[in-house]
Amino acid sequence: MNKKQFYRLPPPGVDSSKLSGVLIVIEGMDSSGRSTQIEKIAPWIEEKGYAVSMVGLKRSQLVGDTLDAAKQGNVLSAQTMALFYATDFYDQLENRILPALRAGYVVLADRYIFTLMARDIVRGVEYEWVKSLYSMAVVPEAVYYLNVSWRTRVDRTLSARHTLDYWESGMDLGLSRDWFDSFATYQRLMSTQFRRIQKEYGFEIVNANRSSEEVERDLRLKIGSLLERRYRR
Amino acid sequence: MKNNEVLPGKLIAVEGLDGSGKSTQIHLVHQWLKGMQCKVFFTEWNSSELVKEATKVGKKKQLLTPTTFSLIHATDFADRYDRQILPMLKGGYIVLCDRYIFTSFARDGVRGCRSEWLKNLYGFARIPDIMLYFRLPLKTALERILTGRSKLKYFEAGMDMGYSLDINESFRIFQGKVMEQYENIFKLFHCVTIDAMKPIYEQQDFVRKIITEKVDIAQFQKEGSK
Repeated sequence: MNKKQFYRLPPPGVDSSKLSGVLIVIEGMDSSGRSTQIEKIAPWIEEKGYAVSMVGLKRSQLVGDTLDAAKQGNVLSAQTMALFYATDFYDQLENRILPALRAGYVVLADRYIFTLMARDIVRGVEYEWVKSLYSMAVVPEAVYYLNVSWRTRVDRTLSARHTLDYWESGMDLGLSRDWFDSFATYQRLMSTQFRRIQKEYGFEIVNANRSSEEVERDLRLKIGSLLERRYRR
Repeated sequence: MKNNEVLPGKLIAVEGLDGSGKSTQIHLVHQWLKGMQCKVFFTEWNSSELVKEATKVGKKKQLLTPTTFSLIHATDFADRYDRQILPMLKGGYIVLCDRYIFTSFARDGVRGCRSEWLKNLYGFARIPDIMLYFRLPLKTALERILTGRSKLKYFEAGMDMGYSLDINESFRIFQGKVMEQYENIFKLFHCVTIDAMKPIYEQQDFVRKIITEKVDIAQFQKEGSK
């Protein structure tokens, strides 16, 4: 495999020579069914005999709690939030993702730098700045982007929770005092940024407007053959 | 780093090794400006409340890598920059910074962070209107710190770099490398070098002279104090 392991260079002090595992990222906007798919895919990969390590955003020991507290008050600027999330990301990258990849695990990531980048850019942070910020991230073996139409997302969100989430509606942006309007605008802005990032970073787009079973079948096919290729050459 | 907007305030930063006496000097500047009833604000590296917590956790558990160490300080700085430094500058204050982003460039540079990455990271920060670098021989700086203070801290001494198990020895090596970084950085950024071996009052005279030349002090004096 002559694939690039890091977008630019590895973080300082990181030995990148023995990454025998496989990093698979599932990306997708809120209510794209991402978490459901990951919950189903992980045990299936293990059934096939590969060890799985699951990672997500905002789960690091370092700043996870502080970040929650900061979000409560909503007092940080976009730039500071971006840096906070980046700290959290690199903490997980260096302390969880890289060790697991060295140990040969399949690392299944519930979102990755792309969601972070999209959120930051929507809040006014420069694209080139975030690109450089995350330039030491590991390049995933595959990124599956669960693509869902706006209509489906609204239906799913409302039928599941009967309410909208403050952050998922981008209320911090002051787009509108009307939650539904804000949600609609915010989701559209996020979509636009995802498309821009997708063009540059190349995701595989999975049509997630279908039933959860159909999406799962699709993902199994893709991931199954990917694992065959990578582990049983 | 961009200074694309002219702000009514002035940003003055001091940099130098631990033991260079820069904090003493900036303190004296602060007293001087306050004495003249100037609108002046003083701020230190790494002092924002919100992120202090995370830094504490990370430092205690020694969980930090060069990258996360750098990022956590950048987060801290960004928060302080947005909430204090920039508003104070916009509000027409003279802002005095005891250490600025160059401290991170130097320390994180020693830890292996690439200068290009660091420059991007701090790209939102303004370049100071006046930057003072307090230079002195490494040996003197080390003597001042190692005799004056009882206990060095883990990251401060660069213990995470594994130079030596002896904390004083580790500090010596680390500071030597920080100094090399400083010397390189200040070739690139315009700054005034101060001979930190001179008596305190002489340095202060020089510093005040520079500030007077570059800042119209009267403009910052509060109404009715002139």
